[in-house]
Amino acid sequence: METLVRSHAATHQRRGFVSGDVVFKGATMLFALSVLGAAVLMVGALLQNSWSTLTKYGFSFFTGTVWDPNRLIFGAQAYIFGTLCSSVLALLMASVVGIGVAVLLVELHLPHWISTPVAFLVELLAAIPSVVYGVWGIFVLIPMMQNYVDPFLSRFFFWLPFFGTDSGGGRSMLTAALVLSVMIIPTVAAISREVIRVVPDSLREAMLALGATRAEMIWKAVLPYARPGIIGALILALGRAVGETMAATMVIGNFGYVGPNLFHSADTLASKIANNLGEASDLELGALFELGLILLLVSVLLNVLARLLVWSVSRGSAEVA
Amino acid sequence: MAAPALPERKPMMTLAYRRRIITNNVITGFLVLCALLALIPLFWVGIYVLEQGWPALVGQFPSILTEQSPEGGELLWAAEGTLILIGLSCCVGLPIGIMTGVYLAEFGRNRFGDLVRFVADVLAGLPSIVAGIVAYSVIVLTVHHYTPLAGGFALGLLMFPTVTRSTEAVVRLVPDTLREAGLALGVSRWRTIVSVIIPTAVSGIITGVILGVARVAGETAPLIFTILGNTNGFVGWDQPSPALSLQIFQNFLTPQDPTIDYPIGYAGVLLLFIMVIVLNLGARALAASRSGAAR
Repeated sequence: METLVRSHAATHQRRGFVSGDVVFKGATMLFALSVLGAAVLMVGALLQNSWSTLTKYGFSFFTGTVWDPNRLIFGAQAYIFGTLCSSVLALLMASVVGIGVAVLLVELHLPHWISTPVAFLVELLAAIPSVVYGVWGIFVLIPMMQNYVDPFLSRFFFWLPFFGTDSGGGRSMLTAALVLSVMIIPTVAAISREVIRVVPDSLREAMLALGATRAEMIWKAVLPYARPGIIGALILALGRAVGETMAATMVIGNFGYVGPNLFHSADTLASKIANNLGEASDLELGALFELGLILLLVSVLLNVLARLLVWSVSRGSAEVA
Repeated sequence: MAAPALPERKPMMTLAYRRRIITNNVITGFLVLCALLALIPLFWVGIYVLEQGWPALVGQFPSILTEQSPEGGELLWAAEGTLILIGLSCCVGLPIGIMTGVYLAEFGRNRFGDLVRFVADVLAGLPSIVAGIVAYSVIVLTVHHYTPLAGGFALGLLMFPTVTRSTEAVVRLVPDTLREAGLALGVSRWRTIVSVIIPTAVSGIITGVILGVARVAGETAPLIFTILGNTNGFVGWDQPSPALSLQIFQNFLTPQDPTIDYPIGYAGVLLLFIMVIVLNLGARALAASRSGAAR
């Protein structure tokens, strides 16, 4: 194929003729370059706008606990904590369910009329706009948390530091984490499913031939082999939770808080930006852009890590095949 | 030499064996429970949206059709705003997405191609609010007014990675025999790509485009400070404009009058919900028909 193309191009060059191929390749390459350009533009725009606060506050921006535009004090600790805490909690809940769905779809060999719709419906969870989750969160989940879940948990688990007083009437870290977990289940499930599917059948057959039950086969052969890819799926899902804005901002209460109490209102990087950027100016604007920069860097880092892990599994399978 | 005969073993229902069987069944049950736990929220949200949205949408109808009351118009304007934004985002996202996808599939087996592929993959996980503030700083802060163009730009940034990846995948699926046939007939390579390969892959490319549109159609975060929102529809390229998702957000978060704003919000939620489900079903049906035809 390649030699044919090369000889073809050579014929045209001999005729002394500017090949349309060169023009076409150049044009598509230009668009490919624009992808890199877009990435550079994003980082550049955020850096430029947050330069004022980056240089003024330096590292104290990350550790500061006070965010007061009137006194020009900007510390992002509460928002970083809120983002991390809500995302990790969401991931804890979504990982079990998501991996479970993936294993179910691959290993149980369900009939097509069950597995196809289940896979599609789970993927549909990712398609629902986050503002719709937000509305559902406000009118269904928040009252439920306030009236049933929170009182129940604080009644029986009051000795744990996580379940203190409900300060926001159901708007809390826990509520946000619940909504986020629903939103990232499809990410975990879809990617885990792909990596579990490429686990070589020989491993499964070997386990079964040794007399293992299906559960033992899954636990001792399939999951260990797929582990890096599943971890990649989890990191990708974490990235999604970190960047999610609307659903979180509608249920988390938007009140900067650092502490163990999951019933307390909190705030995240994304929702702080969404709530304040419209009215901000000067230094506060710079500070908000710096929050955006943190968000961008964290999500890029998570995505790079996740891709490498997922690749390590699927590339291994390509070599086997 | 014959191996010594193994002592005959009956399947023993020892305690340990029984425990393993029970564990196996418990795990299987647990997996089914996981599937239920994943599907419950979907149906819960779906039922809630239908239950609240349907009466609200029906209640809007007379005023939508006559456009007499402002609240009826609001929903209609917001829907129009969403369509305008989708069009704008396609103007940004589709050329970059499709052309880059073609480049990666046809010419991208080198270092540069790997880099572009990697960046596109990473950008697929870009938080939507980051796209919003980038558009805000690049466009809104430069021209000093809110504009639907900034919203379209932000959505385009979010849309193109989806389109790039799916375009690359389907163009790569076109068999090399078609490329060779074109070249053997003396057709230049770019003519082969434009006249043979892309038409062959077009339904797959369209599937990717639909998925890209579905990805951005319901986005809210990038719109808050790019188009700002309004209640009287699109009025100009240098003016704030509305969108369905933004309208919903504003109606529920800062309602002027809940008795008017909530029903509009619920009707909007239902419209948005139906829109993304139709788009996703459409993409899926198209993909299925394509693989059916290939068989």
